[in-house]
Amino acid sequence: MNFAAFLQHLINALSLGGIYALIAIGYTMVYGILRLINFAHGDVFTYGIYLAFYGVVLFLMPWWIAFIFSIFATAFLGALIERIAYKPLRNAPRISALITAIGVSFFLQNFATVVFGGRAKSFNPQTGIYPTSFLAMIEIGAVKIPVLTLLTLSIAIVSMILLMWIVYKTKVGMAMRAISKDIPATRLMGVNADRIITFTFILGSGLAAIGGILWAMKYPQVYPYTGMIPGLKAFIAAVVGGIGSIQGAMVGGFILGVSEIMIVAFVPSLAGYRDAFAYAILLFVLLVKPTGILGVEVSEKV
Amino acid sequence: MGKMLSNGVKFLLTTLLIIAIGFLLFVANKTASEYVILILNLMAINIIFAVSLTLINGITGIFSLGHAGFIAIGAYVSTLLTLPVAQKEMTFLIKPLIYPLNQIQLPFLPATIIAGLIAAGFGYVVAAPSLRLIGDYLAIATLGLGETIRIIANNAWSITNGALGLKAIPPYTNIYWSWGWAFATVFVIASLVKSSYGRALKAIREDSIAAKAMGINVFSHQVMSFVLGSFFAGVGGALWAHLITTIDPKSFAFTKTFEILIMVVLGGLGSISGAIIGASIYTVGLEFLRVLESPFKFGFINFPGIPGMRMVVLSVLLIILMLFWQRGIMGRNELSWDLLYGFVTKRLKKRGGKND
Repeated sequence: MNFAAFLQHLINALSLGGIYALIAIGYTMVYGILRLINFAHGDVFTYGIYLAFYGVVLFLMPWWIAFIFSIFATAFLGALIERIAYKPLRNAPRISALITAIGVSFFLQNFATVVFGGRAKSFNPQTGIYPTSFLAMIEIGAVKIPVLTLLTLSIAIVSMILLMWIVYKTKVGMAMRAISKDIPATRLMGVNADRIITFTFILGSGLAAIGGILWAMKYPQVYPYTGMIPGLKAFIAAVVGGIGSIQGAMVGGFILGVSEIMIVAFVPSLAGYRDAFAYAILLFVLLVKPTGILGVEVSEKV
Repeated sequence: MGKMLSNGVKFLLTTLLIIAIGFLLFVANKTASEYVILILNLMAINIIFAVSLTLINGITGIFSLGHAGFIAIGAYVSTLLTLPVAQKEMTFLIKPLIYPLNQIQLPFLPATIIAGLIAAGFGYVVAAPSLRLIGDYLAIATLGLGETIRIIANNAWSITNGALGLKAIPPYTNIYWSWGWAFATVFVIASLVKSSYGRALKAIREDSIAAKAMGINVFSHQVMSFVLGSFFAGVGGALWAHLITTIDPKSFAFTKTFEILIMVVLGGLGSISGAIIGASIYTVGLEFLRVLESPFKFGFINFPGIPGMRMVVLSVLLIILMLFWQRGIMGRNELSWDLLYGFVTKRLKKRGGKND
């Protein structure tokens, strides 16, 4: 493999990693605050794609309005799930919340099968979902990169910078960080904890929708189980990076994306195992450093 | 409520109950339709799945989400052992089956036991690294392992026939095999839970550090529970494969684990009798929900059948169950003769009180 090909793979890998990172942030923020694995997050991602798809195909919106609409609608869906399914269980045993999250995930998948149909919908520019010009190639010397790949990477990075700004520079962000440390104490400071938690879900689901649309442009179809594998991998990314840490989710996402693409690029015979590879990384990291790369050690108390 | 019945009476009652159930199954096997027999078989297999998962999740408190993987191992191993040699040649078109497996054919019972043992062996190998993790990490790691087994099954063409799966599996599973194994599962796991080992497992569930302080070897107990649970999951998988007669990697997706989790939660996480009740209700309930998927008339309105609708209803049920009725049917209690006796005598006393 020459250097140009390597660069092409690398850019492609980074754009995939960016998508994983966007989804992983949603997992890690919710886990950081509620200690809950939001199993439904991968399906929220699927609904982001469906909403964008139907925005264009059914409601005949211009593609960019449909995409923005989808981001906001998905964010609302995330908040709705939190209010209906997770909020009543805030003081319940954590296992109940986890099982509920699995139930919500199962519901979203099956609801999508009933309402949208089980057959995959094509998400490619030939059906007018986004401009065909995205598929054009940029040539820099011998390196050929599709516009879409660069666009994916830059949108992912811009979204992440925006998120970091919200979390570290705004008052809401400060409240979010406070809640992840200690909910009752934050309440005593006069912060409406429930609203901040809902806001966290809104942010996470919005990012999932962005990730979803980018994913669908990369792998141009959508079906009810689309979100399952990327959702699981993003969760693995969050754990690998250190769950609860936003920077960790980003690092984990890029690690997973890059290693997945590189494995397939260098050892094509292992392509069938690309999904299992993520689990291998997960097990390795969990055994070496169970709290993940950037995670904080929590000692077990009696 | 102390001990109200002597052990002898309880033993007698249990024996009578088993004979009664056995007799009912015998009658059902002779007279019932093929459909009912299929449901009865499924019920027994689901009981095996649910009780084995209860041992791991409910009694020991290891929140494992990898049950489907062990079921897959059991199903594949047993099928590879029972498939006739000629059938194997016909099935493995893309890549031939590897050497020793393509020459042997075993009867059902040894195949089932070997399937269980291999699943248990795999459980043992897997338990060592995963049990170093706690709580959510363990859940995700086991989920990953279950999925990895499925992915391997999807790619190892010379052993599992890949995505095409295995077909024309001899339909060996009948009422006697499935219910026999279900009784064995319940007997072994219930005896274990009642023994001092079982109390140690429950102590680990409540507080593993306190259990350690009491001198319980937490790790070896957890491994034992995990391995035993995997064994019966493997056996259940073998029975299941020989009931539905075709398997492919998709049959062992996370959904399978999820279904078993619903049964266990419905019955009450941590109760063996709860798991049995949950599995029975789930199996029968799923068949009743089939109505939703076929066209039906409600008053003047015609509802077209919507495929997939019963899964929607099922997941909504699970969410409602978790929101409003977390302890399930049995909670952590066990259905016992004492409980029943207490209930009956209470009723009788009430009636007696009225007569006075």
